[in-house]
Amino acid sequence: MAKQLAFYYDQSVCTGCKACQVACKDDNDLSSGIIWRRVVEINGGDWIKQGATWGQNIFTYHLSLSCNHCEEGICLEVCPTGAMHKREDGVVLIDEDKCIGCRYCEWACPYEAPQYNDDKGKMSKCDFCYNYIDEGLPPACVAACPMRALDFGELSELQAKYGLVDNIYPMPDPSLTKPAIVITPHADAALAGAEGVSIGNVEEI
Amino acid sequence: MEDKGFLSNAVKGVELNRRSFLKWNAALGGAAALATGGLTASQMALKAAAAGAETVVPTSCAHNCGGRCRILVHVQDGVIKRLTTDDRPDTLEDPQLRACQRGRSYRQRVYHTDRLKYPLKRVGKRGDGQYERISWDEAIATVAEAMQRIKDEYGPEAFINHYASGADGMQGAGTSSRLLNLFGGALNEYGSYSAACWEYMLPRVLGTFTTANSRDDWKNSKLIVMFGYNPMEMVGGTNTMYYLKQAKQAGAKVIVIDPRQSMTAVWADEWIPIHPGTDVALIAALAYVMISEGLHDQEFLDTYTSGFDDAHLPEGIPNGNSYKSYVMGDQDDQPKTPEWAEAITGVSRERIVRLARELALTKPAAIYQGWGGQRRAYGEQFVHAGITLAAMTGNIGISGGSAGTGGMTSRYLPTGSLGVPNPIKLAISTFTWTDAIVRGTEMGAADGVEGLADGQETLPYNIKFIYNNAGNALINQHGDINKTKEILADDSLVEFIVTHEQFMTPSAKFSDIILPATTWMETESMTTSWVMGDTVYYMNKVIEPLFECKPDFEICALIADQLGLGDQYRDGKETHEDWIREWTAGLKDVDPTFDFDTFKANGVHVVLYDKPAIGLSEFRADPEANALSTPSGKIEIFCQAKWAADDPVEIPAVASYIPEWEGPQSDLVAQYPLQIQGHHFHARSHSTYDNIEWLRESMPQRLFMNPVDADARGIEDGDKVRIFNDRGEVIIPVRVTKRIMPGVLDLPQGAWYDPDENGIDRAGCINVLTSHHPTPFAKGTSQHTNLVEVEKA
Ligand code: SF4
Ligand code: SF4
Ligand code: SF4
Repeated sequence: MAKQLAFYYDQSVCTGCKACQVACKDDNDLSSGIIWRRVVEINGGDWIKQGATWGQNIFTYHLSLSCNHCEEGICLEVCPTGAMHKREDGVVLIDEDKCIGCRYCEWACPYEAPQYNDDKGKMSKCDFCYNYIDEGLPPACVAACPMRALDFGELSELQAKYGLVDNIYPMPDPSLTKPAIVITPHADAALAGAEGVSIGNVEEI
Repeated sequence: MEDKGFLSNAVKGVELNRRSFLKWNAALGGAAALATGGLTASQMALKAAAAGAETVVPTSCAHNCGGRCRILVHVQDGVIKRLTTDDRPDTLEDPQLRACQRGRSYRQRVYHTDRLKYPLKRVGKRGDGQYERISWDEAIATVAEAMQRIKDEYGPEAFINHYASGADGMQGAGTSSRLLNLFGGALNEYGSYSAACWEYMLPRVLGTFTTANSRDDWKNSKLIVMFGYNPMEMVGGTNTMYYLKQAKQAGAKVIVIDPRQSMTAVWADEWIPIHPGTDVALIAALAYVMISEGLHDQEFLDTYTSGFDDAHLPEGIPNGNSYKSYVMGDQDDQPKTPEWAEAITGVSRERIVRLARELALTKPAAIYQGWGGQRRAYGEQFVHAGITLAAMTGNIGISGGSAGTGGMTSRYLPTGSLGVPNPIKLAISTFTWTDAIVRGTEMGAADGVEGLADGQETLPYNIKFIYNNAGNALINQHGDINKTKEILADDSLVEFIVTHEQFMTPSAKFSDIILPATTWMETESMTTSWVMGDTVYYMNKVIEPLFECKPDFEICALIADQLGLGDQYRDGKETHEDWIREWTAGLKDVDPTFDFDTFKANGVHVVLYDKPAIGLSEFRADPEANALSTPSGKIEIFCQAKWAADDPVEIPAVASYIPEWEGPQSDLVAQYPLQIQGHHFHARSHSTYDNIEWLRESMPQRLFMNPVDADARGIEDGDKVRIFNDRGEVIIPVRVTKRIMPGVLDLPQGAWYDPDENGIDRAGCINVLTSHHPTPFAKGTSQHTNLVEVEKA
């Protein structure tokens, strides 16, 4: 099997603090509007009037997501110039010299990982901090997480250790791209479909 | 495999496909690329051109959050390139001290285009924000002259070094406190905006501040119940959530009681929403259930406490005044039943009964109370009730328990400070400083003035000089901004205000002289992990001061020179390092592995303890030999100091529920039906960081409102809304969210007040809506007790 680096995300301990997001932005000098690692807040449940009081079954969980360096990334297929490419270790990268800023990858990626950099007229996205990886260091977001919720490694090894979950709401159907991510779900994440969940922080992501 | 199928099924039917996922960013899109985040074009260019070798400078983030986190600054050719955090080995015994998003964004703060660049002198009316550039010489001379004049005309009692918490160590308020104290002193402030009721009540009820178990003990708790404690968002200690994670993994159940599903509550096992300001009623009902079912720890109460029941009241106190009497309704004919509490708290009677049993029967259990619950009308009762509950369950002084306090551990590192004794003994409660401007000469013991000499009835002078050094509590963080503005705008009242700042904050705009201060990346300082007592940081200087900025210490030393106090001020030391060396000299006694040079090179020293610290464990082991320094020597469930205050309505001697002056039971509710509070926002440390682009993007300021209240007012998520009461008005977008209970609003505190031409705040600063009303006993802030109405703007 080809080598495929992947993220591990322990959603059950994530607080939604966004240290990962901001560490990534600082490390990669991202201006406002470009967020390579986003943290989604998901809410469900309801308030129910019970006599004098309000009952509730509200639940909230977070989902920290970057580019998933998918095994079958659609971005790779739609890129007309070959700028979007996969390294030997599975990391999906943009070759800025080849990128013409056509934004097909942005349109195609179901995770909206590639984001347009207006200043440069090129696409941009999480590069798995390959410069750190190559030096034997963890990616900036992984090293940042105060809850130690993020990790990375070989996809098959992470799957063997943590299971196969890669589709927490609101992630798309994983069969579209085969994302290289392994998630330990939040206890309430399983409730997702049942109660009608929604994204609580649209303006933040 | 099973999990995967389960989740796939779970998300079916919620219209989840690629397109709906794309809606995520509908609001942002490609067009949302705004200005580059805080870096000036020249800075960017410099970065790009940088070719020199990268150096890494270790320091610590040190603003007024509960954390202190290791920051490694990567510098190239004198320009900060990026930040990383702790890179020491990450072990359970000595976990990495990882920074939060605020610390991680510090580059944008240092290089912010709005940095103050040179000294400024006010030219318009105070508060109008009109300034002109002056030289450092003129600025220093002006401040020194004003100090001399006001001291000559009034006296040192007319000075305050105002409450300011934006910087630490060799920076911030400590530097000007030293200056004023060498110059003859200043009126003291006791208590704080943060924890006035804790600071006032703990010595009176437990005889000490240091009452909590250290966080490495939390894994020994079976149940952790948090009343309004939100260490995740305010950051109550670096790694506190990580310790909680370990407690949870070791089997502890974590329950958070809070009107809002805070980020801590989100993460906990259970969230119990409660009406703001009613925790004391809930605790009374928990006590009622425990007493009725015989679940309380009578033996502990008999041995270690005073005044739980009539049999254990102090001598001379009539029966009927014990906590048990209060709970059973002996005096007011109102037993504090779960039914009674349900109507007040909004917590169902069933949940109250269940919580009482859980708390009484799960041993050991830890009760934690945040500080927000005591920044309310009757904050003293909140503090007292939590301690009472911890005592009733016998969880004080043992591993896995807690004394019900706000998290002050009994670990302590002996480190020095710039402090010198203040020759003035008079003190006011911090929150009453605006009062002391207007009517200081009428304020006496009844207003909380301490240190009055024999025969002295009141303060001798109103406040005439304010030194505001690294603080935003002149305007932004104090109650009732519109009233405060009026007081400060009148320069016949306070005659001179000097501020050290990095930005033109709302408070800076009320200064006569503004002195541009360096950030902690442009100077050398030291800080500690505060009450955690385990970490000290050497804050190495990263870059040269930008523009004409100077470190706070240098600024005060220059003023001291003008006043002929320079030598005393500098104390024979030439560098900041000399000071830090002196401050840390005692650490070797606590930890023989401490070595100054290593400390400086690493920027951090962690003291590793071989066992957890257990608050009040000595008292628990031998209550006679280690009697508390309270009047009874015991835990004062009946507080003799409160009794002596002789105000049974507002300062009852046992922890009693009192409806708030602005609450659902007050008459004002007809006009202003919604309670509003302002929690510590994770995008800011109080007001610090409010202007940071990455953080504004990460967590934009919003009013949080329940859909029930929004629907009733025709308000939709994202709408601009008007929040108002008799004190002021705010217009800001709303986040309609289920994460707050109906009837309650939350406007995160700390946004920089930004009035439009009609005086309506457009930033979302809650203090436009809060009051100057102090709590009755501690005279602390009640800034979370407010009623308002909201409508679509
Ligand atoms: S840093 Fe960790 S805990 Fe915080 S949001 Fe990211 S993944 Fe979650
Ligand atoms: S791996 Fe690097 S680029 Fe990708 S999200 Fe994490 S920090 Fe950002
Ligand atoms: S703001 Fe507080 S928690 Fe965040 S990095 Fe700084 S010190 Fe740490």
